[in-house]
Order: sequence, then C-alpha cells, then structure tokens
Amino acid sequence: MTDWTRASAAQMIAAMKAGEVTSVELTQAHLDRIADVDGAVHAFLHVNGEEALEVARGVDAAREAGEDLPELAGVPIAVKDILVTQGMPTTAGSKILEGWEPPYDATVTRKLREARMPILGKTNMDEFAMGSSTEHSGYGPTHNPWDLERIPGGSGGGSSASIASWEAPLAIGSDTGGSIRQPASVTGTVGVKPTYGGVSRYGAIALASSLDQLGPCARTVEDAALLHEVMGGHDPMDATSLNEPVPSCVAAAREGREGDLTGVRVGVIKELSGEGYQAGVEQRFNESLEKLKGLGAEIVEVSCPSFEYALAAYYLILPSEASSNLAKFDSVRFGMRVEKGNVERTMGATRAEGFGDEVKRRIILGTYALSAGYYDAYYGSAQKVRTLIQRDFEAAFEKADVLVSPTTPTTPFKIGERIDDPLAMYLNDVATIPANLAGIPGMSLPSGIAPEDGLPTGFQILAPAHEDARMYRIGAALEKALAAEWGGTLSSQAPELEVAK
Amino acid sequence: MSSLERSDVERLAALARIDMTDEDLDRLSGQLAAIVDSVAKVAEVAGQDVPATSHPIPMSNVHRPDEVRPSLTQEAALAGAPEAEEGRFRVPQILGEEA
Amino acid sequence: MSNMTYDSAMEQFDPVFGIEVHVELNTKTKMFCGCANEFGAEPNTQVCPVCLGLPGSMPVVNDKAVESAIRLGLSLGCDIRESSRFARKNYFYPDLAKDYQISQYDEPTCFEGSLDVVLDDGEVFTIGIERAHMEEDAGKNTHVGGTGGIQGASHSLVDYNRGGVPLVEIVTHPIKGAGARTAEVARAYVATIRDIVKALGISDGRMEQGSVRADVNLSLRPKAAPGEDQDVVPFGKRSETKNVNSLRAIERAIHHEAGRQADLLLAGKPVVQETRHWHEDTNSTTPGRSKEEAEDYRYFPEPDLLPVEPSREWVEELRGTLPEHPAKMRARLKEDWNFSDMEMRDAVNADALDLILASVDAGATPQAARKWWMGELARTANDREVSLCDLPVTPGHIAELQSLIDDGKINDKLARQALEGVLAGEGSPAQVVESRGLEVVSDDSALEAAVDEALAAQPDVLAKIQDGKVQAAGAIVGAVMKATRGQADAGRVREIILQRAGVEG
Repeated sequence: MTDWTRASAAQMIAAMKAGEVTSVELTQAHLDRIADVDGAVHAFLHVNGEEALEVARGVDAAREAGEDLPELAGVPIAVKDILVTQGMPTTAGSKILEGWEPPYDATVTRKLREARMPILGKTNMDEFAMGSSTEHSGYGPTHNPWDLERIPGGSGGGSSASIASWEAPLAIGSDTGGSIRQPASVTGTVGVKPTYGGVSRYGAIALASSLDQLGPCARTVEDAALLHEVMGGHDPMDATSLNEPVPSCVAAAREGREGDLTGVRVGVIKELSGEGYQAGVEQRFNESLEKLKGLGAEIVEVSCPSFEYALAAYYLILPSEASSNLAKFDSVRFGMRVEKGNVERTMGATRAEGFGDEVKRRIILGTYALSAGYYDAYYGSAQKVRTLIQRDFEAAFEKADVLVSPTTPTTPFKIGERIDDPLAMYLNDVATIPANLAGIPGMSLPSGIAPEDGLPTGFQILAPAHEDARMYRIGAALEKALAAEWGGTLSSQAPELEVAK
Repeated sequence: MSSLERSDVERLAALARIDMTDEDLDRLSGQLAAIVDSVAKVAEVAGQDVPATSHPIPMSNVHRPDEVRPSLTQEAALAGAPEAEEGRFRVPQILGEEA
Repeated sequence: MSNMTYDSAMEQFDPVFGIEVHVELNTKTKMFCGCANEFGAEPNTQVCPVCLGLPGSMPVVNDKAVESAIRLGLSLGCDIRESSRFARKNYFYPDLAKDYQISQYDEPTCFEGSLDVVLDDGEVFTIGIERAHMEEDAGKNTHVGGTGGIQGASHSLVDYNRGGVPLVEIVTHPIKGAGARTAEVARAYVATIRDIVKALGISDGRMEQGSVRADVNLSLRPKAAPGEDQDVVPFGKRSETKNVNSLRAIERAIHHEAGRQADLLLAGKPVVQETRHWHEDTNSTTPGRSKEEAEDYRYFPEPDLLPVEPSREWVEELRGTLPEHPAKMRARLKEDWNFSDMEMRDAVNADALDLILASVDAGATPQAARKWWMGELARTANDREVSLCDLPVTPGHIAELQSLIDDGKINDKLARQALEGVLAGEGSPAQVVESRGLEVVSDDSALEAAVDEALAAQPDVLAKIQDGKVQAAGAIVGAVMKATRGQADAGRVREIILQRAGVEG
C-alpha cells in the first residue's frame, strides 16, 4: 500500500483526479502520521482532525458528483498559529492568548477554506514570531526531524518541521526576517516569502507590519507555487495588499523544470558569504551555482554594501512596530488576565506573566527606539538604512535577474545552545533580512547536506518586487538538477523518525 | 549614543506596561544594553539627504468606500473577554484618565 | 471656587488661549472599518475585529472621511498637504481598543488656515488654525459603583461602539489679544465650527451628543508695561480643560480657569501645566491624574496604512462644493427675513436657524416660522429637556400649519391645538385637524341655528341690539363661540347676529 504522506501535493492532486486516492484517505494518513511522530517533533499546537476529515469528505463527495473543484481541493495543509482561524484556537505561540478562539477568519484562512483544503491543525512558532529557533514558543520547542536535538529554525519551525516529517504536504508560514526561509533551509524543505503585499496580511497576527509577509512551505518548488497561487491576490481588507494579478508561479516552476536557463543572469551577493558561513554551507552553495551554470545561467558577482547595516536596522524597525502591535494584549477584550487591583496594574501583571523574555526584550527595545529624544537616531535612521538597502538591490538587479546566497550561514544548532545569547541568535537571519527590509520576494530551497554534520543546507533566491515567478523558474530548474543527483527530494534522505507505539 | 541603563529599562517597562521584578531587570538590562550597542550603528550610515522608507512598496490613496459591512454580534464580540457584564467588557477599577 | 472674578482677572492679566475641537463625522461607517457609525445602539453591537483591535485585524481608510476632512480643512482656509500620513499615538487605556490611536502627527492632511468669527456686536476676530487632522474616536467607559464617576468606582465597563468613529481634530494657534473678550471669542469660535460642519453636512454638530467637543487651554501672562509690546511678554503656564461640551460651558470654563489661575498668580503660587476636567454641575474644573512625567506617545508612521495624496483637481472640485461661511449666511438671511438683531440672535442661540430656514423653504413665511419655532415649540423643547430638532415636528409641518391658518381653515387657537396633536404623535397638522375635528365652522346654516338659539335664550340682549346698541351683540358672539367650541369665525357670527336682529352692520 502506498504511503501517501511521502507524495508531493502535485502527485496527490493527480491521484485524486485519477481516483487512486480520496481526500479522506490523504487526510487520515497525515493525521495518523501526526499521531505517530508529533510527540517527538512537536510541530503542532492544535490538531484539527474532525473538521479536516469533514472537509475531506465534502471534497470526495463533490468529486464523486462530478463538481468542478479548485486545484488543491482535498490536499491537507498545516497552518502556522499566527493566522486566525474561526473555530480553532489561535495563540501565536504565546501564553497570553492561550485558549483564544477568534470570532473571524484571516483572509488566507478563508482562501484555504474556499480552496477546500482540509486544515490539519495549527503549527508551533516562536512567540509572536520573535525568534529563529521556535525555542521561544510559550508551549515548548519544536524539534528538527533531521536531528531531534536540534532547532527546526524559526519562527515558523512548526510549519517547516511538519513538512519535513511528512505530517503535512503543505503549510502556511509567515516571514518577517526569514521565518519561512530559514526554517525551510534548516529542515531541508522549500519556503517562499512573496513580494510584500502579494498575500493579504488580514488576520495574520502582526509582528512588524511593514516587514511581515505570509507565504507557502512545501517539499517541492512546484508545490510551493500551487499554494502561493491559492494564498495570493488583492484583498480590500489589507490596505498594503498589491492590486495586481497573482504571479504565475506554477507555470514558471513548470517552465523551470524544462532545465534551460540560457540568458539568465544570477547575481551572487558578495556580502553574504565568507566570515561566519559554515564550510559545508558554502560548499553546497557553490555546487548549486555550478548546476545553474550548467543549465545555461550566467553567474555574476554583485555588491550590496549597505547590508552591513541591515541586521541593525531590522532590530530597530521590528521591535518598534512590534511594541505597538503587541500593546493590544492588555487583558481587556481577549486572552489572559492576571487581576491585580486596578486596571493599570492588571495590564502590567498580565503582560509580565503572558509574554516570554524574547517578547519582553523586543518590546522594551522598540519602546526605547520610538521614545522621545531617540526616534531620529534609532527608528528614523533605521528607515533611512532601509532606503539604502533598497538602492543596493536596485543596483544589483541592474546586473542580475535574480540574486542568490546561502539562506542561513550555518546548519541548525542544538536546542538551548543560543537561548541566552540573543545577538548570536539574531545572526541566523543575516541573509534573509534584507529582502524583508526591501519588500522583495525570496525563496529558500535545499542545496544539499553539509558534509561535516550531515544536516541540510539552503539556497536562497531573491527577485525584484512583483517578479515572484522568476524565483520559481530558477528554483525549479535547480531543484530538478539537484534531485537528479540525489535521486529524489532532499527530504527523502532524512533519517526515519521513530514511530510512537 | 549612550548605552541603556537599568533605570531606563525600568522606565521603558512601565511605559510598555510590563511589570518587572528586580531579577527581570537584572537579566534583561544587560542583554538589552548589548543589543542597543550593536544596533546603534544605524545612526552612522545614512545622511540627511537619504529619505526614510516606512513602507517597502510605494503606494498611496488605498481607501474603502463608505459602505456598511456586518458587525459581530454582541455575543461574538464578548466571547473572548476575560470578563463581561451588561453587554460590555468588564475591567477592574480605572485610576487615571486619558486624552 | 475662585475669589477673583473673570473681569478683574482680565484687568490684571493678558490671557492667551487655544482650542482643540474634535468633530465626529457623520459618515455611514467608521474611520477604518465597515461598522455602522450611529449613536445610541446597544453596547458592542457596532464592532468588528478591526475596531475591537482583535489580533490580526487591519485598518482601511474610509474615503468619505477623507473627503469630509478635506472639505472641512478648505472651509477653515487650510492648505491641503499633497502627501499626508497616518501615525500611531501609543498609550494604554481600556477604551482604546488597540492601545494606540490612529491619528496624524507630523504630516496632517490640512494645515495653516484661519477662520473669522463674528461676535454678537458684529466685531470680527480672526483665529489662526494650525492644523486639522483625521483620527479615530475611543470607546466609552462606564464606571460602576461609587457615584458613577471614575473616582470611587469599583470597576468599569467598556463599550466600543464609538471606538473608531471618524474624527477631525482642529487645533488653533495660540490666540492672543482677545483680552476680556476671550470667553466670548472662544464660544463664538466653537459655535462657528459647529455651524460650518453642519453647513458642510459632514457632522450633525450636536454638542450634547459629543459630536463636537472642545478642549480649551488657557494661560495668563502679566500685562505689558505701558509702552511695552505685549508680544514680548512670555506666555504663562497653561492648563488644558478637557471635554467642554456646550457653548455655555466653554464660556464658563474660561471664566473659571481665568479666576483660578489669577488667584494662584496673585498669591505668588505657580500655575501647574496640567490637564483639568470640566464639571458641568459645579461649574468648575479639577485636575486630572498628576503625571510624574510627560506622556511619551511614541508616534510613528502607521505601517498598515498608506499616504493620502489627494490630487489637486479633486481638491479644487471639493472647494467648489463649499457652502457659504455661516456668518455671511446669517447676515444674508437676517436681511432677507427682515429679522431684528434680537430675533436673529435668539434664533441662533436656540439652534433654530436651520429649522426656520427649512420651514421657509417648505413654504412658511419667515416671521411665521420664527413665531412657531421660537414660541410654542421652544417652550415645549425646554419642558421636555430636548433639542428643538428632537421634537417630532418637522419644518414641513410648520409650513403646513401656517397654510391651514392662511386658508382660514383654522384660527390661531386651533392651530395651537393642532400642534399639540402633532407633538403627541397624532400625525401632520392636517391629519390632526381632521381627526380632532378642529376646523373652523364656516357653514352659515349651522351658525344661523346657533345664533337663533342664543338670541332666543337672551331676548333682552336681542332687544338691546334692535334698540341700536350693537355692542351688546358681543354677549351673543361669546355664547355662539362657546356652543361651537371655538370653531366658529367670530366675525361671521357677528354679521349673522346683526342680520337676524334686522340691524344693518
């Protein structure tokens, strides 16, 4: 009997259309897998089995009746707990929201429902998406399926780990400074941050509004493209949503698989290499460049001198916006309340109890950066750095059609290793942050396994704003070339997890 | 730019409405000072002539028509409230008054 | 209470004041979401994830609110910024759903204007406007326990129906040189703003419902020595009195604050720069919470919203829709209607001008409209403690009532009864006349019968009339009027009596 959890979403679609499998069977297989391995992985905060099966039954019945169905109908999906879901708890990984059931659906949640995709559950994340390891979740860390002692990346460690451990074929992530791409890199999966505004943020619990973007997590570039097209598009509920057609990601991915990159200029960002980059990460990155060259691409070097300041600008802009976005967690309308005399003291006590250390650090930092007398030096200067980074990208995209770098400087570290050293933790995002500051799209796909530790490495592709499709074409071409060498997806080389009895 | 002092953290925590014990302040102050020192370099690089970017993709005038959409029911609005009374959100005694 | 009267305070000090007026716009929906913007609904029934500040929700600007703000700004002579932005003002308070208010900070949509206000004696005073910006209102706290105020309450209840209602805040530059007329100027300024927003149709302008609210700040500085320029004397420390919500209260709050500050200054005590609250019941102010440090609102550009960039063409198009300045309109109406100064002032103060105008438009004469609105109806509104416009009488009713009189269908006395019926909800004046049977009896045969009956009952009076003492007919007229319950035309009755008595009229 086929183990359907090992199939890609595209294969599942084809199999359902061919009558080889039903959505109920697919959904049940994934729910069984979650029951088998999630005790060890802890990718899920909430499993939504009954509703998922009900949606699956509806899809099967509709297919039986010959109804027209959306492309991804019946393919199960995991949703990062940052997205509000009516009828399911939503916590954003924070104790302050424990047990909260939102009275509304996020726009992307609604789109998944309209696409008739069974939602398997809500995935673990660093509290309010602040972190790069999922260790800052209020509900305990998620473990990397490649090595359960290691972090799965963050903040979307739950979504990427669920994909890598075959608990779900697709997942939703959110990326403020790399929270889709970095977990994808360290779990050997694919993750895409679309152009800012390409996917509605309405109903995604805001971390930093000018940086946040939702995107797809998958095991293949084509699967990510399928999900991207479901998620994307204009939303009148989000003023920053782009009013333009969804990019043709699927077509671009299929074109990429043809394997001809003649005339494509690939720019290697000089500043995202060298010191701090693990040897095996650089080795796999360079091998991927050779593959691209072999497909006809021209490799050029580009320089983005302002990237030196990107991390600093990011760690001012993000905390500033977050300090304001997280003010609403005040014990009045929803969430936790720790009663302490009057309302002022109750707010202070609730926020002290409900927020973890990383959230507190960033709120204090943001409060500082916005406070009277410091605004110009910190927040104001950081926004200027943002302009400089945009200019660097503009100049680089004059010379190249896409820009590339390793997604993360290293393979995943061990849980607990950097928990008390926020600055070391922040370095994880050094290569992913510039795209968020500039609003451009970015993708991470597996580039191999680092020889020194046997852990996955990631390859990042960046494209100009609105040109998301370009990444899918290059990504799919590279993925196919690498798969030919590996004999399948990188995920299939991961060690088998022990199945709970 | 001077570094962040413990007393600054205490003031900022009050402004951000997060109660902090002495141990919290001890633990977080050092970390925050290190972070502030490392991010302060943003002030060095961009000159007066560089405009600020507050929004990554330039757009303007994204407005909605003045048309009524359904509201939540009172029940749904209050469903997540820690405490409710007479169709309203109940909060402990309020000390101050605001703008 | 202060010892110093306003007048003597103004003799000794030079007042400088400023006013922030918040105007609630009457858009159909709120500033940033599609919830209905209506006063008086059940608590928390006009709320959604956006105006409740639920996690994940996002604001989107109401285009009508932008249009209203620009029209108001243009009416105040403001420049309209080519690119303006929203900003977050961060502070924690239970009625502020997101714990930040979306407002405008360093780039308001409307800035640098000026407004002429006309005082009762016709003097014109020009007020400099610093800015007019868009923002959202907060919800409403109800304090439970104690005396219903915030002090001593055991807990509070929050209703967010008002949260997110669109506001335009109009801020003046410091207003100098009004001297003893400060209170009068302040009142006239707010009244003018109210009239403008009503004329623009962007707000109902109802101060008693909080649709127009004022914060008044005032400071006193020493009078310049003879020959010295008052402008070189530095401003004193100011107090800001919040939520002064009637025209009368604005005058009184300034009187009170001037007296209080003068007392302090003359006693050599400092005036504390602080927020104070106005109490309508005691005509006094009390300090707000003393703040150990100035609030730090940490303004920054609202990242969920984009710049507002009205095209110049659109701004000019909107300029073409502006109504006449209220003072000009009043001068014109006073002349058209031939009202005296006093009649005009009373009508303005009673908020009856719009109603009179609408009644005239519906066909009533100006004097008749004034008579009804300022007489019978003003008394009723006063008795019922409501505004004139809240009575169940429309300008159309007044026009109809007057035409019934002019057509001789009813007389003045019957008209009052008809109006009573309208006020009681019995329908339009014509319907009340019909249902109550109030019409003047003009049927001669009915009147002749009544006259004959009265003459027969008083043969001595008939004899007197026939003797030529025609004034004796008055007794018969009275009897007939009584018999017809006032519905007869007294003149016609008199003619019939003389006819029946065989005397020539």
